Parts: sequence; structure tokens; C-alpha cells
Amino acid sequence: MQLNGGQALIKALEMEGVEVIFGLPGGAILPVYDPIIDSPIRHILVRHEQGAGHMAEGYAHATGKPGVAMVTSGPGATNIVTPLADAYMDSVPMICITGQVGTASIGTDAFQEADITGITQSVTKHNYLVTRAADIPRVIREAFHIATTGRPGPVLVDIPKDIVDPTHPNSAMEWYWPTDAEVIAGLPGYRPTTVGHPRKIKEAAAMILAAERPVLYVGGGILKARAAEALRELAELVEIPVVTTLMARGAFPDDHPLCLGMPGMHGNYTAIMSMQESDLLIALGSRFDDRVTGKVPDFAPLAKIIHVDIDPAELGKVRRPDVPIVGDCNLVILELIKVIKAMQAKGTTQPDITPWRSTLSGWQETYPLAYEPPAEGDLLKPQMVLEALRDSAPEDCIVASGVGQHQMWTSQYWKFRHPYTWINSGGLGTMGFSVPAAIGAKVGRPDRMVWAIDGDGCFQMTAQELVTAAAERIPVKIAILNNAYLGMVRQWQEMFYEERYSEVYLSPDLPDYVKWAEAMGCVAFRVEHPDDIQPTIDKANAIDDRPVVIEFRTDASEKVFPMVASGKSNTEVQVPEFQRLAAKTAAASEKEPRQ
Amino acid sequence: MNDRQNDLKHHTLSVTVENKAGVLARVVNLFSRRAYNIYSLAVAPTDDERFSRLTVVVDVESVPLEQIVKQLHKLINVVKIVEHDPRHSVERELLIATVKVAVSDRHQVAELTRIFEGRILAVSHDALTVSLEGHPAKIDDFEDLLRPFGIAELQRTGRVALNKLERETPRVHAVSSAKSKVS
Repeated sequence: MQLNGGQALIKALEMEGVEVIFGLPGGAILPVYDPIIDSPIRHILVRHEQGAGHMAEGYAHATGKPGVAMVTSGPGATNIVTPLADAYMDSVPMICITGQVGTASIGTDAFQEADITGITQSVTKHNYLVTRAADIPRVIREAFHIATTGRPGPVLVDIPKDIVDPTHPNSAMEWYWPTDAEVIAGLPGYRPTTVGHPRKIKEAAAMILAAERPVLYVGGGILKARAAEALRELAELVEIPVVTTLMARGAFPDDHPLCLGMPGMHGNYTAIMSMQESDLLIALGSRFDDRVTGKVPDFAPLAKIIHVDIDPAELGKVRRPDVPIVGDCNLVILELIKVIKAMQAKGTTQPDITPWRSTLSGWQETYPLAYEPPAEGDLLKPQMVLEALRDSAPEDCIVASGVGQHQMWTSQYWKFRHPYTWINSGGLGTMGFSVPAAIGAKVGRPDRMVWAIDGDGCFQMTAQELVTAAAERIPVKIAILNNAYLGMVRQWQEMFYEERYSEVYLSPDLPDYVKWAEAMGCVAFRVEHPDDIQPTIDKANAIDDRPVVIEFRTDASEKVFPMVASGKSNTEVQVPEFQRLAAKTAAASEKEPRQ
Repeated sequence: MNDRQNDLKHHTLSVTVENKAGVLARVVNLFSRRAYNIYSLAVAPTDDERFSRLTVVVDVESVPLEQIVKQLHKLINVVKIVEHDPRHSVERELLIATVKVAVSDRHQVAELTRIFEGRILAVSHDALTVSLEGHPAKIDDFEDLLRPFGIAELQRTGRVALNKLERETPRVHAVSSAKSKVS
């Protein structure tokens, strides 16, 4: 079958099962946009290419399928570099198709030319500059294979105009669709290891059964491996408590008795200290990120490490594991369960871990997540807003967040009960992530309620995508926690820069968020008084035919706690002042009777 | 002495890559992005035209080396990586140098080149161009000895390496066991 390159590209995407493309056309990609008219693939026209990238990420997070973004050459392509870097850091499967100037013009500084394969080399898992129309089906198949297998990640495919332009002879090609075997044979350097080494798995099982203070340190890899169920089985089998990192929230239910919640810089006290005191960390799809470890030499000093990851480069990158296992988390956990059960059947018993469990529950009682309620007439506390949003949403509601204080509070205060209900920018920390990511998630899961929790700083970076949402009738809900500041920066300036607030004030009224949201076709509300929180959320939850924005006026002085200051040891975790004092008083009164 | 100490930190990696456009840039970019230092680099197609081989000498302790290798493996176009242990590999480098030398002193440079089993490639009234192929340490020595004559231009290729062929069965061991039987 004779096709032109543009038709072949769209047909290849159809063959890969793509149901939606997020994109924005331009000169170089024009010929590819023509066959979209005749394709069953839905195209969502964004207002800025960055939006397309984050929507593709949100879609991928929510569905597990690769998100697809398509933009033009030059500025279109450079505008999507941030989402690519974001997807690379958080291992999000994503395909980005960029237009490019014609092959004859490459290298001549042609109009809207940018060396996007060069630019994105270090922020993509792989990228391609396709120079022949005949290569298009193979490259698209390879791109999907690479993006979705091993450690997932973004793959960029750069398509020069002449090979897709039907009026150009270079676009003529004979359609073919490579087989799986051909794809694999064409990638001799790409053979991800998925099955863990049996001897290492035995060693790990023995270590798990011998540990007195074990902790399952679970990262985003569990979600990528679709291993939440296996994880739960393992945790329950050996009754080991679980910490879920920022990228893994939802991988283990927050209401499970073994769940300790989020560790790290703004993790809860128990999750942080459990790792510090642990004698065995079972790291599953986690990467010992600096936000989790704090000062690395002081991190979990007593613990032996079992580290399971599909990316061999993560093993030993930060902390040398005692038992390294390269493999797919789901397969490795299932094997571990088998081996542990076999050992238990042969009579191997675990040490009594009730003392460990009671230490942990003691911490949980003394240092729960807590904040002081607002005094009469004060602005809203962000935490109370989140609690109300959480308690009003169905339990399978998907929550996306931007980056900063509101992100940490959401991760802390939301109760995640299901995998793939939490979408955020963890590794890159991309402000402005939430609105487009929520839109992408809603497109992928139209059956679910999708809330974006955003800050006022973040919202101003990508709000224009609400126009996309309104135009495409994608009914996402946005909560802006408007504290009139770049809140996290303000917190650092307050704590570490002697309250010298440099360039962080944004004003609560400029822009007028309600008018702005309404101008973009959304329903919008402003909440200033605690009594209005619940009724307004109820109103927003009842709207299902267009996007809704609620602006909550929140207290700028509220800081995220607990906190491990940057570069400090996790043992120096700071809890809120009132909690520290209460714990001190309680400890003193316990001593009193003995005097 | 210094060179020998340096050699302990030098690791020679032989990286087989797909012979495709832009692959060298990917490898070099990775080194720069992860803040690894390349000491020398030589690239050429292998006997199989689908692949090229990069011989990279990196300047690190052993732990980061493991990271370098793992990160290199993550590049889709990297097919195979071998680290050459200097004790079990043959390493070679080529040097070409033009030495400014008066006719009266020319024989000294010619003599030196002969001692090192190098070659004289060109001669003019006041200069000689010589080449030497050999182990990098030998090339270092030759370069040092040439320097006093006045080097006008010098170019080294960076090293290339292959594993040494396996020795035959260890004869010493066989002899000693035979001896023990006799006694």
C-alpha cells in the first residue's frame, strides 16, 4: 500500500492504539495534521506546547498508557522540553512528535529550525531524527517499545517536513508494519532485565525474614510496574510497614494499618524516623532521592539495603545495596512472595516485630500530621481546605498537584486508597504541572472526578490550558490555594534567610482569579471564610459539564511541617512548634510520678 | 612515577555502539552531563559495519566507573561495554610530531626515533616529522625525549585496546605437579 509519510505516521499511531494526541500545529508539522482529520484519533488542541506535554504526562500517569504530544518545529519543540525533562525524571511513558524543517534545510538556520534531538538528548530516554519516509513505521514502533518497557520514559521523534509532505517526492513510501521480533532485532543495545536473579531473591527473602525493624521503602517504580497488588500481598505476608514516597502515593492504601505514609523532606515524623531506625530497608522501585535521604551519610545508618529496580544504574548510585536486584518490581515481588512462603513452610520464622510496630505507633501518636486551626477572622488554613476537599471527593478521585507547599500538603493530607489517583511532578518539580496534567488525566479517565490542587504561583504558569479544557468540554476541577506568595520559597526565606522576603510576593487580587477563570469558560468561586469551604466544594463537585475553579484565600504564614532542612540529617526533622512543646510537656509529666 | 599513579585512575572502556548518526554525540554528552572526565577517545567502525567501537579512557576511581558503565548502557545505541584491565589487554596509541631541528642536530632525533622503533615520515631543511606507534607509556617517554629539540606540532590519537589472547594452560603449574610426583 502506497502512503505518504504523514499518512504513515498517523496510521502508525493508530496501530499503536493511540486514542488521543495533545498538540498544536505549525508550519513544519502541517502535513501530519492533514490526515488527522480522517483519523479516529482524538486531537486536543492546546494553547501552549508545554500544556500538551504535561497533558500527555497526566494521561500516562492516570492510564498507564503512553501519552502522545505533537508539536511543530523550533519554538513548538523547545516549548515542550520542560515536559520531556519532567517525564524523564519521573519515568513517565510519553511519545513526543516534533515537526522539523525539510531534510535539505537542516543545519542552515532555517525558519523555525531548532536542533531538538540535540537539545533533548539528556532529557529523553531516546530520540530520533527520521530522515526517510520509509523509516516512519519502524521508528514509531521502536519509540513506543522504548517508552513503555524497562524503565519507562519519554521518546522524541523529530520528523522533517519533506518526508511527510504529500507534494514532495521524499514523502512517498510503501506501508509496512514491523513485527515484535523485527523491533527487538533492530535494537541490539536495548534488552531490559525484567526477571530478578533467583539467588539474589533468595538472599533477600532470608534477610526479610531475619529483620527486626524492617521497612518497605516504596517508590514510583511500583506504580510503573503495576505492582501495587503484589506489594500489598508481600507487606501483609510478612507484616512489614510501608513508606510510600512522593511518587508512590497511592501504591499502598493510606488507611492500611501497615501504611506509614510519605517519608522525606516533608514526610511525616514516623515515616522519616522508621527509616532512620530501621535495620532493613527493602527499596522497591525507589531511587534514594535527596529529598528522601536528607544528608546521605546519615540516612538509615543502621539499615541493610535490598534494592530492587529495573534500571541497573539506580543500584548503588546513591547507597550501595547489600542485595541488589535488577528486575521488574512486580515480577521480583511475586518471586519474593513465593520464596518467602516456601521458607515459612519449611519452618523459618520471623523475629517478633511487635516491639518495632509499637515504636512506630508510639511515634504516630506523638507526632501525627497536625496544624493549628485558624483563629476567628484569620485566613483559611490550607490543610483544612485539603481535608474538606478530600472528604468530599469519591475515594477513586484523581488528584493532580503543582509544585510547592500545596503539593506537600496535598500529599500529606489526602488519603490515597488506590494506585494511579495521585499525579504530580516529583523529580523535576515543575511549577504549572497540575492544570494540564489534570486535563490529561481526565481525558484518559473520563469516568473519574479529577481535582487539580494548585498554588497561585503555579496557576499563573499554565492556566491558559483551562481554555483548552473549556473548549474541549473536559470538566476538571481546580482548587487554587491562594496565599499571594510563592509559598515554598517564602518558607525557606523565613526559615533560612532571616525572613528577608526577596521577590516572592504575588498579591492575592492580581490577577482576579475568579474573573480570569470565568473568562476562560470555567465556573469560578472564591472562598474566604471557613464556613464557605464545604458548600462551595459541594457546588463544584456537582458540576460535570465544564471546568470549575475555586480560589481559596489561605494563610501565607502557614509552613509545611514536618521538615528536614536541605542538606541536614533526617534525624534533625522539625515538627511544628506547638507539637514539639506538647511532646516535651508529655515527656516531662511522664517522668514526674517517679520523683 | 606520576604517570604510573595516573594509570591507576585511568580506566579503558571499549564501547561498541550502533554505527548511526549522532551516536558519538550521545556518548560524549552523557560524559559531560554526568560530570565524568574523558581522558582520551578514539572512534572507528569495527569489522562489522553496523557497529563502531569507541575506546574511552576515563579518569576515575572504581565506584564512579561502575556508574559510568551503567549509564552508558542506558543509551539505546550502546550495544556492549568492555573494561580493559591493563594487565590483560594490549593498548596502543599513535603519535605524529614535527620537530624543529637544525641539520647539525638532525641525526640525534633520527637516532631517538630509531631507538623507539618509530618512523621518519618527512624531512625538510629545518624539521623532521616522525611517528611512533606503541603502548601509551612508551609514547609518553618518546614525547618527553623529543621535547628538548623543540616540538612544532604534535598529535596523539588516544588509545585503542583489545583483550589479550588467553595464554595456554599454565605451564609452571603443570611442571610443579610433575615434579611433586617425581619426588
